Amino acid sequence: MSASPVYLDAATAAPMHPVARQALLAALDDGWADPGKLYTQARRARQLLDAAREATALTLGVRADEVSFTPSGTTAAHGAVLGGLAGRRRVGSTLVHSAIEHSAVLHAAERHVGAGGTAAAVPVDRLGRLDLTAWSTAVRAPGVALAALITASHEVGTVQPVAEAAAACADMGVPLYVDAAQSVGRVPLPAGWSVLTASAHKWGGPPGVGVLAVRKGTRWESPWPADEREGGRTPGVVNLPAVVAAAASLRAAAADAAAEATRLAALVDRVRERVAVEVPDVEVVGDPVLRLPHLVTFSCLYVDGEALLHALDRRGFAVSSGSSCTSSTLRPSHVLEAMGVLSHGNVRVSLHRETTEADVERFLTELPGIVAGLRADAGVVGL
Amino acid sequence: MPDEVIDCRGQRCPLPVIAAARRMPEVPVGTVVRVLADDPAAAVDIPAWCRMRGQEFLGSVNGPDGPAYDVRRTH
Ligand SMILES: Cc1ncc(COP(=O)(O)O)c(C=O)c1O
Repeated sequence: MSASPVYLDAATAAPMHPVARQALLAALDDGWADPGKLYTQARRARQLLDAAREATALTLGVRADEVSFTPSGTTAAHGAVLGGLAGRRRVGSTLVHSAIEHSAVLHAAERHVGAGGTAAAVPVDRLGRLDLTAWSTAVRAPGVALAALITASHEVGTVQPVAEAAAACADMGVPLYVDAAQSVGRVPLPAGWSVLTASAHKWGGPPGVGVLAVRKGTRWESPWPADEREGGRTPGVVNLPAVVAAAASLRAAAADAAAEATRLAALVDRVRERVAVEVPDVEVVGDPVLRLPHLVTFSCLYVDGEALLHALDRRGFAVSSGSSCTSSTLRPSHVLEAMGVLSHGNVRVSLHRETTEADVERFLTELPGIVAGLRADAGVVGL
Repeated sequence: MPDEVIDCRGQRCPLPVIAAARRMPEVPVGTVVRVLADDPAAAVDIPAWCRMRGQEFLGSVNGPDGPAYDVRRTH
């Protein structure tokens, strides 16, 4: 039996915005030349790149020369962390970060520790919200070069107290890096950061475009081999058609963001309420109020996460999971672990501009039966 | 010391949690059951199960048999 597909994994990659598609096609004709050269075709490419940078800067509320386009959100995060540490190595070699950062940030931290640096992870509470007291203590310690805080959890949606965390950093003169991949193009950005990264395929842009913004006056030094392009912050030629499409779709997404947030938050609330009531032995995780509008996560007791993903896929639903069984490392999600919530049977549902109420209704109608079926197969009913 | 031990080594989550949940109603209230489980997810999931089911999680120990988790049946 084939069901029409319902894509509910926007937090991994949102379907491309129609504006991105149009801009991409136009830029393939017009923006293939190297913007660094001096002939006519290159000047046209340069204009497109400049316009993309201006538009992106405007949406982020920064200056154009503070923005660089990178090959992904991951490389942007690597650059943000390693560059922020390099720029302040005379002050110290400690990176303070939340326990729930994206793996891109944690892997950069591992690299730093491997090179003799220090990293201090700050815990979160059961709802996935940063422990501000522990954070303030951590950034006050001697030798802190950089602090890193995700604006909102990509796994459970909890919005972080960035303004308060930034104030604690400012007191100590520690620059704050925010990974805003799940916020840009969806919700207003917090204030107080020195470095920000984002990723275009999260807002409806093409995959393979990241954004790295470094505020003027921040002591940030490129961790990569020298290259003049993109303000010297990220090496290599940019994928200009994709960057043009990313910028165009960011503008479009930001213009609709408030209305979309209201629409999607109501659907997310419906998922939170109905799943808790209609699926037995389920733990809906993350902050019920201070949360992203488009993302909701829950864990089903006694259910194998990978089996649940496959069963949902067979019914046409594409979702993501933080369960250990689906990751190559066989570790439970470090985010769920840090929160102390059930890590198996985990499902993350994330919505986008094409998600309809009917899609969500069909998911909610089918989910209880799918979970019950898996529990019956595993012989765990009534446990 | 635990009153009994369930060996779930080599099993992936949620199997250790399921094994604990199966055993719990069969033992008298007050019994301490130790779950041996080397899947790292058990460190999160066994305490979370105790919280959801109102059983008492006594803590984890890392002995010669690897990571172990002690649970007391409270009701
Ligand atoms: C919070 C967060 N940071 C960074 C990234 C990495 O972005 P990209 O997929 O563009 O490498 C992602 C996406 O996986 C993310 O959700």
